[in-house]
Amino acid sequence: MSIIIDEELCTGCANCIESCMYDAIELDNNIAKVLPNCTLCRACIETCPEEAISIEHEEVKTQEIDISQFKGVWVVAEHYKKKIQNVSFQLLSKGRELADLLQVKLSFVLLGKDFDDELEELSLNGMDEIIYIKSPILKDYYSDLYTKVITELVIENKPEIILIGATPTGRDFAPRVAKRLNAGLTADCTGLEINLETRNLLQTRPTYGGSIMATIRTPSNRPQMATVRAGIFNMPEKVKKNVNIRKIEYQFEEKDSVSKIVKIISKTKSNVNIEDAKFIVAGGRGVGSREGFRIIEELADVLDAELGGSRITVELNWLDPDRQIGQTGKTVSPKLYIACGISGAIQHIVGMQNSEIVVAINKDPNAPIFNWAHYGIVGDLHEIIPVLIQEFKKLKSEE
Amino acid sequence: MCIKQVPGVSEVKIDPKTNTLVREGVKSIINPNDRNALELALTLKEEHKVEVIALSMGPPQAEEALREALAMGIDRAFLLSDRAFAGADTLATSHTLALAIKKILKEFNSEEKYLIICGAQAVDGDTGQVPPELAEELGIPQITYVQNIELSEDKIVVERKFRATEIVVIETKLPALISVLIDINKPRFPSMVGIMKAYEKANVVYFDSNALNADKSKIGLNGSMTEVEKIFFPERKVNPIMIEGSAEEIVQKLCQYLKNDKVF
Ligand SMILES: Cc1cc2nc3c(=O)[nH]c(=O)nc-3n(C[C@H](O)[C@H](O)[C@H](O)COP(=O)(O)OP(=O)(O)OC[C@H]3O[C@@H](n4cnc5c(N)ncnc54)[C@H](O)[C@@H]3O)c2cc1C
Repeated sequence: MSIIIDEELCTGCANCIESCMYDAIELDNNIAKVLPNCTLCRACIETCPEEAISIEHEEVKTQEIDISQFKGVWVVAEHYKKKIQNVSFQLLSKGRELADLLQVKLSFVLLGKDFDDELEELSLNGMDEIIYIKSPILKDYYSDLYTKVITELVIENKPEIILIGATPTGRDFAPRVAKRLNAGLTADCTGLEINLETRNLLQTRPTYGGSIMATIRTPSNRPQMATVRAGIFNMPEKVKKNVNIRKIEYQFEEKDSVSKIVKIISKTKSNVNIEDAKFIVAGGRGVGSREGFRIIEELADVLDAELGGSRITVELNWLDPDRQIGQTGKTVSPKLYIACGISGAIQHIVGMQNSEIVVAINKDPNAPIFNWAHYGIVGDLHEIIPVLIQEFKKLKSEE
Repeated sequence: MCIKQVPGVSEVKIDPKTNTLVREGVKSIINPNDRNALELALTLKEEHKVEVIALSMGPPQAEEALREALAMGIDRAFLLSDRAFAGADTLATSHTLALAIKKILKEFNSEEKYLIICGAQAVDGDTGQVPPELAEELGIPQITYVQNIELSEDKIVVERKFRATEIVVIETKLPALISVLIDINKPRFPSMVGIMKAYEKANVVYFDSNALNADKSKIGLNGSMTEVEKIFFPERKVNPIMIEGSAEEIVQKLCQYLKNDKVF
C-alpha cells in the first residue's frame, strides 16, 4: 500500500511537498519522492496539477454484505433535562432531505423517560416515525445502555444512515456503536450528500484544524454513521403529518450499567446558548484586557447580541468557557458576527464560517480574519467600537 | 496509555492571494492532548506506584514521541509500526491498538486490572473516535472527556465534562478506559536526567503486523470501513469590502451596508 508518483508526469513543481502535513515528500533529482513516514492521508493527490500521484493498494477481500437490505435514515435524539437539543432537530431537517433523495423513511430514535406527552409536539419535525425507547434510567445518558439499545435496534431494523450530534454525548456512544457493528463512522461532518447511484453518503469534514476538507464514504458496509455539530444545518420547518410512533419499554435498572452516575454538577446560573444567537459580538486577544472586554459586552448589549470570543480570551480568563467559538468551542451561525481583535486562526474560523454576515475589526490589514469577512475595518477597536455603540444606540432609539 | 505523533502546526494560515496553505515550522510533536494523558499517567504512577506503559502506532519516526514520553518518566514504550498499518481509519487503528494492548497485558500478567488513558482527540484527524472504539474492542467501560479522576484499588471516580458548563461524576470498576481533556492538568517537561536515560538506556519495542498476529483484512487501509473520496481546500467565502475613513465615517458606512443587507 503506498502513494505512487508517476515519474514521467512529475514536473517537480513541489505542490505536493507544500500540501504534506507529515513532511513525507521530498524532491529527488527534481522528481517527487515519497518517504517512509507517509501516512497515506492523500492530501497530495488532489494538489498535483499533472495528476501524477495515485494510491496503490492491494486489496484483501473481506466478506461483502448485501447493502441493499439496509433502508432508511435515522436520527438519534439527544436530550438534557427533558429538552431535545437543537442539534437533533437540525439533523432531522438534513435527514429529511437525505431520506427524500433516497425515497426512504426518516426515523427519530429517542431513548428517554418522560417523553410520552411530548411525542405529538415532536412529531411536527418532519420525521415519518418515532422510535421511543422508554426506561426510567434513560432519563440520563449511559454509554453502555445507549450502545446496547442502539446496536440491537440497528440489527433488527437495518437503517442505511444514522446521524448523531457531535456533542460529548454523541461522540461517546457513536464510536462504540460503530465498533460493535463494524460500521463506518465519520466525525464532525459539515456537509452530507448522497450519491444516488451507489446510495453512498458523502460526508465532508474539516481535518487538520480545518485547513483541509475531506469527503469520506463507506462503500461496502451499512449503516453509514456520521456525527454533526450543532449549528451546521438549519432547524426544520414544522409540518403536520401522520407519524408512526413505536414505543418500546425496557426494564433497565441501575445495576444494568457498568458505570454509576454519582452526581451532575452545573457550573453556570445562566444557560448561554450562543449556538442559536442571531447576533454575536466576539472579542479576541486584541481586546487587550479583561476590563477592555467591557466595551465588547456593551456593544453586545446594545445589539441584543450574545458575547463570544477566541480560545485565548478564555484561557486568559476574560470570557466564560461556554462562549468560546471554534474547533474546541462552539459552532455558531448567526445573522451577524462582529469579530473584534481576532486574528482569524483557522481553528476559530471553523466555528463561525457559517455566519451570514461577518464584520471584522482588526488593526493589522493582513490579519487572516479579513479573508472571511464581508466588511473589513482596519483600525483600533478601542477607537471604533465606542462610536459604533453610540450609533447603534441612536438607531435603536429611532426604531 | 496511547499517544500519537502529529504534525506540529498549530497555526495553519491561508495565503489570501493564492488560497493555499502557509505552514510555519512543521515539526512532528506529541499530540497536545496526549501530553495531558501522559502527565496524568505519571501523576498516578507517583501516587499509586503503578507501571506506566505507552504505545503509539505510526511510522518509525514516531519513536521520537515515545522517547520524549520515556524522558518524561514512563516505564516502557511500544511502537506499532508497519506499512500494513498505514491508511487506517479509526476502526482499523483501534483494532491494531487493541491487539497490542492485549499482547502487552498478557505479557505483564495484568489482564484483570488496568487503566487505559488516551487524549480526548488528536489535532490532525480530530475525531475522538479511537478511545471509545478501543474500549469496545477490549470490552471495558469507557469514560470520555474527563477533567478529573480519583483512582482507588479497584475503581475510578471521574468528572466527565458532557456539556460546556455541566459535569457528570461517574464511578466505574477497573479495568476501564478514559480519554482526557486539555484542562485536566499542566504537562511537565522532561528533565535532563530523564532525557539522557530515555536516549541511552531505555528501549522502544517495535511490533509489526506479524508480531501482533494481525488479520490483514482488519488493519490499515484494508481494515477501514471509511475511505477518502476526495480532499480539497476550503474555499474562501467572500472578498471583503474594506471600509475606510475616520471612526465616524467608518461607522456610518458600516451601518448603511448592514441596513442594505437587511441585518436590522
Ligand atoms: C488544537 C487547537 C484547537 C484550537 N481551538 C480553538 C477554538 O476553538 N477557538 C479559537 O478561537 N481558537 C482555537 N485555537 C487557537 C487558535 O489557533 C488561535 O491561537 C486563536 O484563535 C487566536 O486568538 P485571537 O485571534 O484572539 O488572538 P491573536 O491571534 O493573538 O490575534 C489578536 C488579533 O488582534 C489584533 N489586535 C490587537 N490589538 C488590536 C486593537 N487595539 N484593535 C484591533 N485589533 C487589534 C491583532 O492584529 C491580532 O490580529 C486552537 C488551537 C489549537 C492548536
